[in-house]
Amino acid sequence: MHNHLSALALAEQTLWEPAGLSLQSVETVLGKILGNTIDYADLYFQSAEHESWILEDGIIKEGSYNIDYGVGVRAISGEKVGFAFSDDIVLPALEAAAMAAKSITAAGGTQKIQARSSGIVSRALYNTANPLQSIPNAEKISLLRSLDSAARKADPRVKQVIVSLSGVHEVVLVMASDGTLNADVRPLVRLNVNVIAEENGRREQGSQGGGGRFAYSRFLEQDLGSHYVFEAVRQAILNLSAVPAPAGVMPVVLGSGWPGVLLHEAIGHGLEGDFNRKGSSAFAGRMGEQVASSLCTVVDDGTLIERRGSLNMDDEGTPSQCTTLIEKGVLKGYLQDKLNARLMGMQSTGNGRRESYASLVLPRMTNTYLLPGDHVPEEIIASVERGLYAVNFGGGQVDITSGKFVFNASEAYLIEKGKVTRPVKGATLIGNGPEILKQVSMLGNDLKLDTGVGVCGKEGQSVPVGVGQPTLKIENMTVGGTNVG
Amino acid sequence: MLDKEQAQYQAIITDILQGAKQSGMDAVEAAIASSVGLSASVRLGETDSVEFSRSKVLALTVYWGKKKGSASTTDIQPAAIQAALKAAIHIAEYTEDDPFSGLADKEMLAKDIPDLDLYHPADISAEKALLLAKECETSARDFDARIINSEGATFSTHQSHRVYGNSLGFLAGYKTSQYSLSCTVIAKEQEGMQRDYDFTVGRAESDLLSPAFVGKNAAFRTVQRLNARKIKTGMASVIFSPEMARGLWGHLLSAISGGQLYRRASFLVDHLGKQIFPNFIHLEELPHLQKGLGSAPFDAEGVQTKPRDIIQAGVLQGYVLGSYSARKLGLKTTGNAGGVHNVVVTPGKESLKSLCQAMQQGLLVTELMGHGVNLVTGDYSRGAAGFWIEGGEIQYPVHEITIAGNLKEMFKQLMAVGNDIDRRSGIITGSVWVGKMMIGGT
Repeated sequence: MHNHLSALALAEQTLWEPAGLSLQSVETVLGKILGNTIDYADLYFQSAEHESWILEDGIIKEGSYNIDYGVGVRAISGEKVGFAFSDDIVLPALEAAAMAAKSITAAGGTQKIQARSSGIVSRALYNTANPLQSIPNAEKISLLRSLDSAARKADPRVKQVIVSLSGVHEVVLVMASDGTLNADVRPLVRLNVNVIAEENGRREQGSQGGGGRFAYSRFLEQDLGSHYVFEAVRQAILNLSAVPAPAGVMPVVLGSGWPGVLLHEAIGHGLEGDFNRKGSSAFAGRMGEQVASSLCTVVDDGTLIERRGSLNMDDEGTPSQCTTLIEKGVLKGYLQDKLNARLMGMQSTGNGRRESYASLVLPRMTNTYLLPGDHVPEEIIASVERGLYAVNFGGGQVDITSGKFVFNASEAYLIEKGKVTRPVKGATLIGNGPEILKQVSMLGNDLKLDTGVGVCGKEGQSVPVGVGQPTLKIENMTVGGTNVG
Repeated sequence: MLDKEQAQYQAIITDILQGAKQSGMDAVEAAIASSVGLSASVRLGETDSVEFSRSKVLALTVYWGKKKGSASTTDIQPAAIQAALKAAIHIAEYTEDDPFSGLADKEMLAKDIPDLDLYHPADISAEKALLLAKECETSARDFDARIINSEGATFSTHQSHRVYGNSLGFLAGYKTSQYSLSCTVIAKEQEGMQRDYDFTVGRAESDLLSPAFVGKNAAFRTVQRLNARKIKTGMASVIFSPEMARGLWGHLLSAISGGQLYRRASFLVDHLGKQIFPNFIHLEELPHLQKGLGSAPFDAEGVQTKPRDIIQAGVLQGYVLGSYSARKLGLKTTGNAGGVHNVVVTPGKESLKSLCQAMQQGLLVTELMGHGVNLVTGDYSRGAAGFWIEGGEIQYPVHEITIAGNLKEMFKQLMAVGNDIDRRSGIITGSVWVGKMMIGGT
């Protein structure tokens, strides 16, 4: 892996050199934004190269290549934020954006950029090499073909197979008035298999995928695609025999890994700094309170090697870290960016993220997970007289003010007399964020993170994230099936 | 009526069409979309943020025989465009023959471009936008003492320009504008907090509702939700408010869209000409509504958009198709590459109030959460909030419940559409009384 200095050098070469920009000229622009009433200003240069390949109907049907680059300029005065961006990285456009961002405050006064503190991000959680070039196109194509034929061979009931492969190579460089000058070079790849199975006129789908901040070659080396095919086909076939899910309040056992979307919705969003600074979160002002059973310790960790949600630095140039949100059931920490941290008298936790140069920084999650307990998963299931065992989910949503959240099971089973019995159709689970983790009564020893597919949406911006958890039991939760009793 | 920007974009596209031909491509299409916008937010009476946006993207697709490749770039300088074209051609060397791929059929392309009155540029300063947002938020905060906090009010402007051309000789563009004002406030109850919002949107600034009206309505909606309860698990009759009914029609349109159909990934596969709703349901697509939020003179492939029936007397009259999915299904495109353009549900005669009276007992849904809609099977299960109706009147707000059913059955059992039409989107509908659904509660 390359070190940070080469990331910065690579970023300057990619983002500044073609436009004839230099450290000095960019610093001059930043200096022009500053004035008496500006507390902070930053410039965010980004280039993103993206490709995708799609196989459908047994043929390589589509391929696309996209290049997007630009610069975002932000000026902050107290709680006021001025923001402008340009998709031309050239000096006049940069200066125009800087003046627009500054327009939130009256002109006048001078303030100096603080001494630069570049080089503080020394870790390299992922390789800087461009994943799009990690294998030749012919190999990408043959990977998709082999997965298509594997899915069709796996079961004659499989009627439709869609396999997609995508990759992004992103280079970002942040220069800020607080002395920050940092860069990050971020690879991100994803492989997905979606199948539709048909039997006696009934159709069901199954899908599985994964990825992370690594090269395509990982999919080949570890034969991850075969595993995704197996899982997608298994789910589709299983759903062919699923019966209506029950409705009402019952014990729910959640499987390990991706069901950690529970934590993301129920806890994570409610602990983002902006909602707590504004007092709009159901968790606002509850620091130090018991908000979960004492079994529960929840962290947000942006420092995991090659994980989808990991970052060497966030989009404000702050190194990512592992932040404890809940420790033994007690609320311990928020997720902060620089703006909200400053206004709350705290430190940034390296969670300032943005979808691109064209969007504002917001406090966001990275990889959010619940630490393991000491039960084996079988014990947890055996403890339930009648309930739901949900192992796969579509996604979720939360109203951070009322705390109400939902997440949608895509693979679930009934538990009857301590045994997993019939598969049931997908159902929505609904609960209240600050209350639901108090209902956690058993925790498995099988902590697992998801396979690398999470996309988190907030204020219209999407960013890649990870989730994880061990198998766990929630004593009472509302299940939204169609079947009474 | 060719302006400078339009001329520039047309010249770029013409160059791309020629360049692709010279590189041996059989067909090519390209589009440039650009937009300029301003978004100004106020929170608790103070400026929160001012965002200026100015962006553009060029997207192109080349066809080499029956193979295709696509690329896009935000840089429209000649070198970047050449690189994008080269990338697309390179991709077309790896994709495989698809007998259904290609440009739209020439006879389907738009021949004249009607002026739909979609572009109303206005030079609105950040100061003015902030004043409008502030007026809106102030009226929300002054509405009721229980409004204790705010997520703020935002005034946004957006002016877009899209030019599309292809190697069949089509080259045209149009401009649109959109203005909106929204406000979200928070009210306190014994145990916690509730929030809700309201908004107004239009093609011209003068078409927006007044800031004070939007603010008051946001506040009214929020305090109405205070002290919500859960309700018991069981079957109940359900009315969807217009905002939520829009989602139901959206699921219908997804289920009859070409991509879902040719993949046989829809619960409405093979339902053309079949009764899927009761007789009184009528749905039209009206792409040429003047100032319409979903209006478009031609679709993403240059195909002429046309008014048509989608549902007539409950019977499915047509799918939602672009050229590719139409060919896969052995049909003609319906001018819906890129989506539908103003779907209008014929309203009933009853107000929401009289629908509630007719229902007597049940749930009025005003918020839905989560993604629990399976288009393959029609299975539907979502988080919900709203009001419990008893004796035909609202009794109390409810939350933290689920509603579930199957869309196919829900569609068949529709009881009525209200006359409380909401025009704030490309799907124009009143409330919808769905009949019985399973409620998951206590």
